[in-house]
Amino acid sequence: MASERIVGIDLGTTNSLVADMQGENPVVIPGEDGSNLVPSVVALDQNNQPVVGNSARNFLIETPERAVYSIKRLMGRGVEDIQEELKLFPFRLADDLQPGEVLRIKLGDKTFTPPEISALILRQLKRNAERYFGAPVTKAVITVPAYFNDAQRQATKDAGRIAGLEVLRLVNEPTAASLAYGLDKKRNGIVAVYDLGGGTFDISILRLHDGIFEVIATNGDTHLGGDDIDNLLITIALDDIQGDLGLNVRRNAEVVQAIRKAVIDAKIALSSQPSTELDIELPQGKRYQREITRKQFEQLIQPIIDRTVGPVKQALKDAGLKPEQIDEVVLVGGSTRIPKVRALVKDLFRRDPHTDLNPDEVVALGAAVQANILGGGSVATENMLLLDVTPLSLGIEVAGGVTDKIILRNSTIPASATQFYTTQVDGQANVAIHVLQGERELAKDCRSLARFDLRGIPPMAAGMPRIEVKFLIDANGILHVSAREQRSGKEAEIQVQPSYGLTDEQVESMILDSFDSAEEDFRQRQIIEARNEAATILAALEKGKKTPAWGKLTTDEKKKIAKLESALNAVTNEDDYRAIRNAIEALNQATTHLAELMMDSAVSTVLKGKTMDEADMGEGPAAPHPVAKAEFE
Amino acid sequence: MTLTTITAKPAPEETQTCWSCGAMRASHFCEACGKVQPPAPVDYFTFFGLPRKLNIDVVALDKDFYELSRKLHPDLNARAGSQEQGWSLQQSSRLNDAHRVLKDPIKRTEYLLKLEGVELEEQSKSATEKARATGQLKEQVVPPDLLEEVFELNVQLEELRMNKKMGEDDPALVEEIGRQKLELEQKHEALLEELKGYWKQWDALIDREQSGQSVSQDERKQVRDKMVGLLNRRNYIRNLVRDVSEALEG
Repeated sequence: MASERIVGIDLGTTNSLVADMQGENPVVIPGEDGSNLVPSVVALDQNNQPVVGNSARNFLIETPERAVYSIKRLMGRGVEDIQEELKLFPFRLADDLQPGEVLRIKLGDKTFTPPEISALILRQLKRNAERYFGAPVTKAVITVPAYFNDAQRQATKDAGRIAGLEVLRLVNEPTAASLAYGLDKKRNGIVAVYDLGGGTFDISILRLHDGIFEVIATNGDTHLGGDDIDNLLITIALDDIQGDLGLNVRRNAEVVQAIRKAVIDAKIALSSQPSTELDIELPQGKRYQREITRKQFEQLIQPIIDRTVGPVKQALKDAGLKPEQIDEVVLVGGSTRIPKVRALVKDLFRRDPHTDLNPDEVVALGAAVQANILGGGSVATENMLLLDVTPLSLGIEVAGGVTDKIILRNSTIPASATQFYTTQVDGQANVAIHVLQGERELAKDCRSLARFDLRGIPPMAAGMPRIEVKFLIDANGILHVSAREQRSGKEAEIQVQPSYGLTDEQVESMILDSFDSAEEDFRQRQIIEARNEAATILAALEKGKKTPAWGKLTTDEKKKIAKLESALNAVTNEDDYRAIRNAIEALNQATTHLAELMMDSAVSTVLKGKTMDEADMGEGPAAPHPVAKAEFE
Repeated sequence: MTLTTITAKPAPEETQTCWSCGAMRASHFCEACGKVQPPAPVDYFTFFGLPRKLNIDVVALDKDFYELSRKLHPDLNARAGSQEQGWSLQQSSRLNDAHRVLKDPIKRTEYLLKLEGVELEEQSKSATEKARATGQLKEQVVPPDLLEEVFELNVQLEELRMNKKMGEDDPALVEEIGRQKLELEQKHEALLEELKGYWKQWDALIDREQSGQSVSQDERKQVRDKMVGLLNRRNYIRNLVRDVSEALEG
């Protein structure tokens, strides 16, 4: 293999996708069911085996206590952050959860952290890609909402590691979308990307010039999206059902999920038709039926979509731009299909937004472009470079509980800041540092990233030590901290207590479980598929020997085929799928002439150049790979 | 977030000049093979190969910034060895930090003064915010020429706050405060132009120095002090405008 494949992944609240650059263009890789979208739903089946995607969706209705959706809302968050979510989503937290501990969600009687559940989704995408390429995939670019904070980004990176993926870069979703749109490098100008997805909203303003995609300002809300519209409609339906039918079904998880499915269908229908019907079967033989017009729907959702206006205005202000200075507006995310949302965007920017790329796929396509750039680039991505920013200011708590901002929001990343600390009493050995993220003035209103102690400061008079602490935000938007005592040159020991998130050891232990089995699963699948292919070609050969075409081969050709046939027979029972594949390939090559002769007698010219197993047309199992021949190392 | 501890003592920030011609040099990557070099501990001006002068061609600075980004950014060094990737991360964060400071006229001036050993006296942003958060009055030295104006404005702001408390409306007062706010904003703007005048004086000193003439410490100090005074005034007005805006909106 020339260079290792790096895939681009959109790990979405509602749907997830994997894409790859093929030639000049990024392409979404379909799953086994032929669908480009993998619903971000995870369930445990009766044997406690994880099920992901479309097949997990049935569990949501049938055994909702064994399934979970919208897990992205919980990434990098603590139990005190998610009280609102708990009212609206059927997340079942582990009973023994301690304050400050990473969340754990119950599926059946097992518990999983949000990164582990996300890892199951990632592993499904990884498998889809491996199935498609016929080769292992271990490297990825994963997208995150631009407005994700450090903890949410770290949790996403952890999920990648748990899934057995080396995450080469986290890319902001709106920025990724602009990459997909801007592949045509001649585009120059100011672009605004309005990204309203299932659970998050981002607005990014970029300057495109000569292949450089420079983010000028970004803003957003990591808890605003299609989910909120669904929850509003569910609440209304539940109220109606109680009011009109005297039925309280709030605690009936199956019914709530059936309502959820019905309102989502209605929401989608209302993007293309003026009215639609809700029709839901209820217990006690009752039914909830109601017509919703688009007008009613638009009135209901107005307060939700209006929440995107503040971030848009702030981003414009931070960029120092007026709406009319924006050259192009790009819509991303499934919720931008809603006509009312499009009207709002048109109003805000005073121009028609672009919708020529599928808003569900454009982020994954952009991730594939970025993966290509990281992999060394190609003709299509030559000269392309992304300069992104940090969405939130980074600060340190100072006396009085105030945040001292040291890296301001919208600073181009990587970015760094150096702070000097000293002691307040003679011989003081420790200094405590509290790192924060956010725009508010008081530390208590900002997101706590970590508390750490500088320890082992050499004994000196108060104010004498000079401890240099360097804060560096890398290209993933993740913070790194390093420290040293300058006067003595001595190491200042750091003890860190991340406010949320898994420790390295925890991630490590999770990886080993799933990674080992993923590798083994992959190998097993490859062996089975290779054996199936071997059986197909051997059967086709047997058939070919009985045709007149066989007699037209030279003795040498026949000898060679016989030799390779027995070689393939010999390796099919071994556990080395690569050897089986090589033997198949060799036999395929040797039988090309035979296949052509068979074709000639059958359909004459049309199918020239086909190989043995293709010439067989019909018998035996279908070739397992839907695409071109796999490459192997 | 991840944490590492570094034990080595850093080299002091110093200006790197060519041993032969004395010109500033900036060598972040190898001209021959394009490889990123370990970062040298240089100041932001030197990073861009600029003398420590305040009049900067921002268009040229941006151009250099994009060109250097194309060499130093981690995305373009993702396949390099881990040490090289580390250098790329450090170099590119340095590049971004330097660009951010130098492209902004105020940040650039403050940075130069810091390099010149000036500790800006004006209460730091954190001290201001601390005072605001705790409700304590921050100690501020009112620029003498603003004394009268500020005194009057404070009386009016107090009146406005009282009105709001009592639910009363005094359009004339609001208009008057609005007018003063506009005046302050214009003053704030005009100070930038005044600052550019001091830049010229400073740059002239550097030019003289570079052409081999002597410049006394006193001359440097004079220009520095003027800039420090101006920045303090400007910050004071900025805070005042913010207070007025809050009073009008609140």
